[in-house]
Amino acid sequence: MTETEEITVDPVLERVKTGVEAFDDLVMGGLPRGRTTVVGGTPGSGKTVFATQFLAHGITELSEPGVFVTFEETPAEIEANMASFGWDIRGWRGTDKLVFVDASPRDSDQVVVGDFDLAGLLTRILHAARSAQARRIVLDSVTQLFDHFVADQTVVRRELLRIATALKREGLTVLMTAERDSEYGEISRHRVEEFVADNVVILRNALDRERRRRTIEVLKMRGSRHVEGEVPFTLMVDRGMVAVPLSSLRLEQQSGSRRVTSGNRELDAMTSGGFFRDSVTLVSGATGTGKTLLVTHFLAGGVAAGERALLVGYEESRGQLFRNARSWSVDFEAMEADDRLKVVCLYPEAQSLPDHLLMIRELVEEFDPQRLAIDSLSALERIAPETGFREFLISLTSFIKKREIAGLCTATDKSLVGGHSASEQHISTLTDSIILLRYIQQAEFMHRGLMVLKMRGSEHDKQIRRFTIDTSGMHLGQPLDDAPNVFGDALGSPSA
Amino acid sequence: MSDRQPLPGTVPLLRLYIAGESPGARRALANAKRLVSALDGRVHIEVIDILATPEVAETADILATPTLSDDSTDPPRRLIGDISNIAEVLSYFGYSRKDIAS
Repeated sequence: MTETEEITVDPVLERVKTGVEAFDDLVMGGLPRGRTTVVGGTPGSGKTVFATQFLAHGITELSEPGVFVTFEETPAEIEANMASFGWDIRGWRGTDKLVFVDASPRDSDQVVVGDFDLAGLLTRILHAARSAQARRIVLDSVTQLFDHFVADQTVVRRELLRIATALKREGLTVLMTAERDSEYGEISRHRVEEFVADNVVILRNALDRERRRRTIEVLKMRGSRHVEGEVPFTLMVDRGMVAVPLSSLRLEQQSGSRRVTSGNRELDAMTSGGFFRDSVTLVSGATGTGKTLLVTHFLAGGVAAGERALLVGYEESRGQLFRNARSWSVDFEAMEADDRLKVVCLYPEAQSLPDHLLMIRELVEEFDPQRLAIDSLSALERIAPETGFREFLISLTSFIKKREIAGLCTATDKSLVGGHSASEQHISTLTDSIILLRYIQQAEFMHRGLMVLKMRGSEHDKQIRRFTIDTSGMHLGQPLDDAPNVFGDALGSPSA
Repeated sequence: MSDRQPLPGTVPLLRLYIAGESPGARRALANAKRLVSALDGRVHIEVIDILATPEVAETADILATPTLSDDSTDPPRRLIGDISNIAEVLSYFGYSRKDIAS
């Protein structure tokens, strides 16, 4: 995903918030007031949900009544289908905050015998808009209108344009949905977007590595800037459509200079005083090298300093994590009892990556921690396609920084001895600091070594340090001068 | 305008939905007159201007104008367009032609 070089809010166009927060960010605050947006998508891509949310947000948050012109489902069906998202359509209809124009297919025997127009439809729409004093209007989906007058496509085009023009004159912000035949083909059937749209938005529901991946993309915004690229979203009970912000665009990430302890005094010394408060550190190493131990130090160090710490675990159960901690003399139970620590463990496969991200965000908002650890990212990586994972990371790291949380993530190397893993390279450019843990063989001994590979904005000890683990945790020892080149692969690659 | 359903033995009722004074509406009105006279007044056509009564358009589910509708059947039978071909109209609604001025 790329963003247009400079993001400025267009002063001319007033914005209409859709209620899909991250989407509004993509389009500089919302859809331009008084314009027509075509939302294209294949069946099941979430068009009606998006359209209904656009109306719902206007009604519940901004006192802007709406009109729903339905060409497909009946108002009763829409009421029922949207109820799970927490939208009280029936109540809004009762108080005229939402007025339906029911143009859903009805049983009637109809033949076209001569010239006609769609003044009937237009009259009904305008009547509904005026009686509701509507500011927002949805037409779902206009493709159905073409199907209704299948032999008269030219007339439908002409009349649709006429309707769009009339609605614009009324100052209404229009959202029209349109069917697409494939995820990456023509924008919409009948090329609706070509003659009525000021703006074009695409919803996708693509199959990617046997997983459904829903995304929203802004294709065109007339006279206005927007962020390019597909943004993942998910449909949530009681909330509707929730897009996952890829990066916080309006965010000036203030690089704080405040340090926080890593929870290990020797590691603090190596990093010239600990991690930065709003930074993300990656701990990478093979299984058993001590990643979870560093996580435990990190959490305990925070709690000891009076902070609140959150751990999201994807590899081990709570039981295992607590037992491990105890063996290093760290009492997670007591910390949780004091409400200083929260440990959440779940299977990566339990939900999709965007859902994981939203869950982490919700946990953070709820618990309000000053530090957050994720153990491990590699476990999450296996459930997602590469692009999806990268988006997840960008989003996660920018969220962590925005909240000024100190973040620590782990990644597991597949090979036991030596370095280099795909995920490591992948993740490394997105994190501020990287700590490598390695097995090092010397003669007949297997040692463990630690190295601070990168630390953005700070001096750090560049030596490879041998370490031991006992009941009080990790102890860094002397530099390994004659270490074999096990850090070699990683040494050259990422740069701060 | 009325909601009367044609009773058996009375003159059947068709409704013509138009939108204001458009050329299409004028053509449809003229053709409706020809239709009535073709049937020697054995059909009554009620003209409904939906611009004046938009709520009727909603209840009757009118999308296109002009629409000539026989609402006495279920589902209603509808002809969309300016009904210029009288013979076609008659056969669609199942009326017998007498002497049609065409």
